[in-house]
Amino acid sequence: MASRAVYVHRDPMLKKRDDFEDILEERRHSSDLRYALKCYTPVLYKGLSPCRASELKSMVLQSDQLQYVINQVSKEMGRTAEEVQAEASTILDEMAHRLQISTVRFFAFTLSKIFKTLFRSICVNEEGIQRLQQAIHEHPVILLPSHRSYMDFLLMSYVLYTYDLSVPVIAAGMDFMGMKIVGEMLRMSGAFFIRRSFGGDKLYWAVFSEYVQIMVKSGFAPVEFFLEGTRSRTAKSLTPKLGLLNIVIDPFLKGEVFDISLVPVSISYERVLEEALYARELLGVPKPKESTSGLFKARKVLSEDYGSIHIYFGQPVSVRALAEGKVNRCQFNLTPRHIPRKPGEEIQSFVNDLAYRLVRSQEENMVLTPWVLLAFLLLQNQAVGNERGMSLDELTEQAAWVRDLSRQFGAFLHWPDQLPPSKVVSSSLSLHRGLVRISDGRVQLALGQEMPHSAMTSEEELLNRAVIILSCASYRNQALHLFIRPALLAVAIQAASSNKKQEVYNSFSFLWNMFSNEFILCPGAAVQDFEEACYLLVKSGALQISQQEILVSGRGHRTLAFLANILDPFLEGYQMVCRFLYEATEGLTEKQFVPAVRKFIIKHLLTGRLRYAEVLSSDLQKNALAALLRLGAVQKLKGGEEQGALKVNKVIVNSLEDTLGGKLPTQKALVARL
Amino acid sequence: MASNSSRGSSERHRIAQHRLSVIAGHLQRPLNGDTTIRATECKAQGTRPDVATEMKTVPRRRQEIMKWNGWGYNDSKFIYNKNGQAEFTGKRYRLSGMIIPGLRDWMESTFGATVQHKTPATPVLNTSAVQPPTLNEAFVEGIKSTGIPFSHDPEDRVFRSHGHCLHEIFPLREGKVGRVPDMVVWPKCHNDVVKTVELACKHNVCLIPFGGGTSVSSALECPPEETRSIVSLDTSQMNRVLWIDEKNLTAHVEAGIIGQDLERLLNESGYCTGHEPDSMEFSSLGGWVATRASGMKKNIYGNIEDLVVHIKMVTPRGVIEKSCQGPRMSTGPDVHHFILGSEGTLGVVTEVTMKIRPVPEYQKYGSVVFPNFEQGVACLREVARQRCAPASIRLMDNEQFQFGHALKPQVSSIFTSFLDGLKKFYITKFKGFDPSRLCVATLLFEGDREKVLQHEKQVYDIAAKFGGLAAGEDNGQRGYMLTFVIAYLRDLGMDYFVIGESFETSVPWDRVLDICRNVKARIVQECKDRGVQFQPLSTCRVTQTYDAGACVYFYFAFNYRGLSDPLHVYAQVEHAAREEILANGGSLSHHHGVGKLRKEWMRETVSDVGLGMLKSVKDYVDPNNIFGNRNLL
Repeated sequence: MASRAVYVHRDPMLKKRDDFEDILEERRHSSDLRYALKCYTPVLYKGLSPCRASELKSMVLQSDQLQYVINQVSKEMGRTAEEVQAEASTILDEMAHRLQISTVRFFAFTLSKIFKTLFRSICVNEEGIQRLQQAIHEHPVILLPSHRSYMDFLLMSYVLYTYDLSVPVIAAGMDFMGMKIVGEMLRMSGAFFIRRSFGGDKLYWAVFSEYVQIMVKSGFAPVEFFLEGTRSRTAKSLTPKLGLLNIVIDPFLKGEVFDISLVPVSISYERVLEEALYARELLGVPKPKESTSGLFKARKVLSEDYGSIHIYFGQPVSVRALAEGKVNRCQFNLTPRHIPRKPGEEIQSFVNDLAYRLVRSQEENMVLTPWVLLAFLLLQNQAVGNERGMSLDELTEQAAWVRDLSRQFGAFLHWPDQLPPSKVVSSSLSLHRGLVRISDGRVQLALGQEMPHSAMTSEEELLNRAVIILSCASYRNQALHLFIRPALLAVAIQAASSNKKQEVYNSFSFLWNMFSNEFILCPGAAVQDFEEACYLLVKSGALQISQQEILVSGRGHRTLAFLANILDPFLEGYQMVCRFLYEATEGLTEKQFVPAVRKFIIKHLLTGRLRYAEVLSSDLQKNALAALLRLGAVQKLKGGEEQGALKVNKVIVNSLEDTLGGKLPTQKALVARL
Repeated sequence: MASNSSRGSSERHRIAQHRLSVIAGHLQRPLNGDTTIRATECKAQGTRPDVATEMKTVPRRRQEIMKWNGWGYNDSKFIYNKNGQAEFTGKRYRLSGMIIPGLRDWMESTFGATVQHKTPATPVLNTSAVQPPTLNEAFVEGIKSTGIPFSHDPEDRVFRSHGHCLHEIFPLREGKVGRVPDMVVWPKCHNDVVKTVELACKHNVCLIPFGGGTSVSSALECPPEETRSIVSLDTSQMNRVLWIDEKNLTAHVEAGIIGQDLERLLNESGYCTGHEPDSMEFSSLGGWVATRASGMKKNIYGNIEDLVVHIKMVTPRGVIEKSCQGPRMSTGPDVHHFILGSEGTLGVVTEVTMKIRPVPEYQKYGSVVFPNFEQGVACLREVARQRCAPASIRLMDNEQFQFGHALKPQVSSIFTSFLDGLKKFYITKFKGFDPSRLCVATLLFEGDREKVLQHEKQVYDIAAKFGGLAAGEDNGQRGYMLTFVIAYLRDLGMDYFVIGESFETSVPWDRVLDICRNVKARIVQECKDRGVQFQPLSTCRVTQTYDAGACVYFYFAFNYRGLSDPLHVYAQVEHAAREEILANGGSLSHHHGVGKLRKEWMRETVSDVGLGMLKSVKDYVDPNNIFGNRNLL
């Protein structure tokens, strides 16, 4: 455990965060129409070379970068440069936004109406807005919101318009474009559309990256995209995608702009509109294709109460400051900068670190509601098989305990301290009455049908229960980032054969490695994470750590049990995936993996041998597979008839299953190999 | 043919006279040349120089005419006069004796430097602050026996202990003196240098060649770790034009001659070298060779490496020179290139054969205003692409344009000021140029009258394509005049809490705009981060064009009131700016050289092997590190 650079602990309790302002408040008292027609004069980038959206296109098509690739492609494919140029132009037409202020105003009007019916409040940290305004003036700005809902980018533009800031141009998935009128409307409000996958298409990549870079360099408008690539169905942050991040910081690395500000934005929903939809999707009911009529069918959501939204604009991150000493920009000195080339290792690892850092700051500034903490307790209670649920008093007592713990861990918790805890708990429960049932003063998840359908098969019944559990888990997941490091440590302490620090670290490091596709754990930061976990648990009084040993204090057992419980469903899920792969027949392909493992798990769940219905989550199953692929326990075969076939190393998979099942210390050889 | 040629030569003489009067504007010859210091004929030199060399600018005791702790002549400096107006004193320059009404406001608005906050320099060198010399007695005896003049007077030694970097001048103003040479010698000719170097090798003393003392790379700083006696070898008395060869258009010159003397002497015969670095009033031919200097008219005449035909250098191993004067040779790597840029680490350049040209018949200044810097750079790039650059073309950014404006001397008539107003109205109102964005290019054309006019039209036509408007000869001429007085201005700044300096780089065309933007922004940011209380001046200009790139000059200055260690802050910011230059594809130096100031970047600049090559040359030529100024490597 060679200690890397001395890790400086900032006390999470001291983390200073801004206050919020409800922007719907004013909307409820003044005319939406006047608001939509207000004088709108956003602060612009000081180096802005003014141009209209339509001019961007010719700038892109005439750029050296694109011309170079067009010539290259035309030579390789034996097509004329004109043909390729025409294709580039078509790609660009399909992609480009047509930002115009009238559409923005239209959205400002309609969204005001909709938001007021859906949400109690939309709270924004105004200091963050001020910082953003400053940043927009100084440097090109990239907005990086968390992605939990379709609402995210509408909300972002709405908030920026409200505060008289430039509305961003937004990288959106092509699926939106399918929605007839809405797609075009979004285009006119600043969305540009990119294909989900275009791996080998050189021309597409060139058009796309040049288009984005020209907007960054010219300071046309803030560029917005989602680091996580897609909406997180589980409310856990997703492993960041690096493609777009690479593209937007490239102008800095090549010296084309002085600096770029990256602004992480955390959008937290008290209730996500897509809540039940996500759970179904995770359980294998495919996601409906985006369509305009589908959107109208979703109208019924309008009649429900979705609580509050908190939008936190984080501290702008200077790419220049972070790249200092990490990236040698001289590497671009010897070839013309318009010739595309793959980023070298140095840049790749820089971008990767940067991306994780940004996602972590998104996580840190997520506002947690009391309900999130209740979700931990209700799920844990359900899992121990307590049929009768918890009494309200007990729940309140435990909630207050978790509240204090989470605050010690630095949670951004929105707990109204002026109210008695019982009030807080009961009002949280009432907002989520679809998920909980209260009877005789006892609370539990609304799992069992009130009137059992005799027609339902046991499998259908199981899936129905799983929908509730996964929905509830998606709230718990909002706070996972807070507990994940101490939780890994708690499990490691339980599993380690002794309380020697080194032993504990070994099992911690194994778990950390295993779960780094599941949670946001920065690559290479195992030691740091271990020390952070130790620090937090010592501070909260759960552990005492000497030079050599880690000891659990008297009152620490409750904390450690709670934390270890958090990881249980994941441990069980990964074990099941290992078991499945161990027993799987030859020739299983990646495509077949999820349905097959789901069937396997349903079978085991029905026999009652598993405690967590959560293991049915396809997200968890895919993450587990990704981890096994990364660790070399499974290999993906390329080419031949068995395209995407999985080759399982049964020995490793089997021993991993054992190790996850709690036999950690005996697996030293394996750990070493990993 | 004969009559033709004699007419040609009298014509040439007339032109030379004309040219003398042109350059007399900014480079007036000294009124009373110090004839007593005129070196007696060096006996070892067989031939008499065939060029009259009566007037020489630089005496052995330089302090008699030059400042010991500032730039240039004692009699020339910017001051605030009794009325609180800025004025340039003396009689040497066109600006001399003139009031500059806009300067004080500019100083106040740009730096927040007010008349109330003054930091005057120590007027006289306190010789007791100079450490006593460590003399190598045997060496001194040896020098005495050769009859080469020498001195260990503190003033002489201090004068040769520095160049003109901020960190060299600033302490002197406060009366602080660091390590200085222990002795100064003034060889009068090549053979004197040979004797001196032999003695130095024999007695193991450290030699530091000194030419004009205008270095801005810490090249003249005595290495503090040097324990041997340090002898400054001042070449200023080796200043004769030994012969002129009209058939081959070359001149053979002693390397200690300074730029203005060289031009003047050649002009008398109707020739010029055309090599005009901004420091040409004081810098020496040997210094140009040793630093790979560049002159503002290099577009016609070339840089120093294009101008030299033959070099003689005295090294500890002996004398290095080529055996003939062939205009180009394929004889392995060019040994001249070991000498060019060697920065005094290998030996002393004693004599140089240089190309000369007839003095041009006609010279014309010009200027063009562009709506913004981007357009200006695009125009320069196009001019370079068409290879039609005038003798000089320089593009100043907006800040420098405003600065140039502030340096306008008081206008003599209401009519001129009316005209100025009209011009301003035309450009900003009628043409819609934004006064806070526009920038100006200054031009200098040279050659036959007809060709110059034709050339001028070609350049103005290109400029028009980039939105450029011709802005008159006056603006152009003033631009070039400023080059010579700007160094004096730093002394005024230092009188009022403002410190600053310039540095340069060369960069490919596609990087010019990026490097200008980024380096300027980096300077501003670094100043802010390091607690500079006032907005710094961070400005640049493109001063040379090449086929594949350009030379960019940065000026950087700030008001240091409120800082405890302004020099350190300055050094950190300059360091950061250089890092930024390198990160943006700029070179370590275009013509200032490396010295000790930029040594740390040599390895990454020329690669490990490159550095090894240079080191092995040093090891062979000077194994005992006699030329121990520790520059470059």
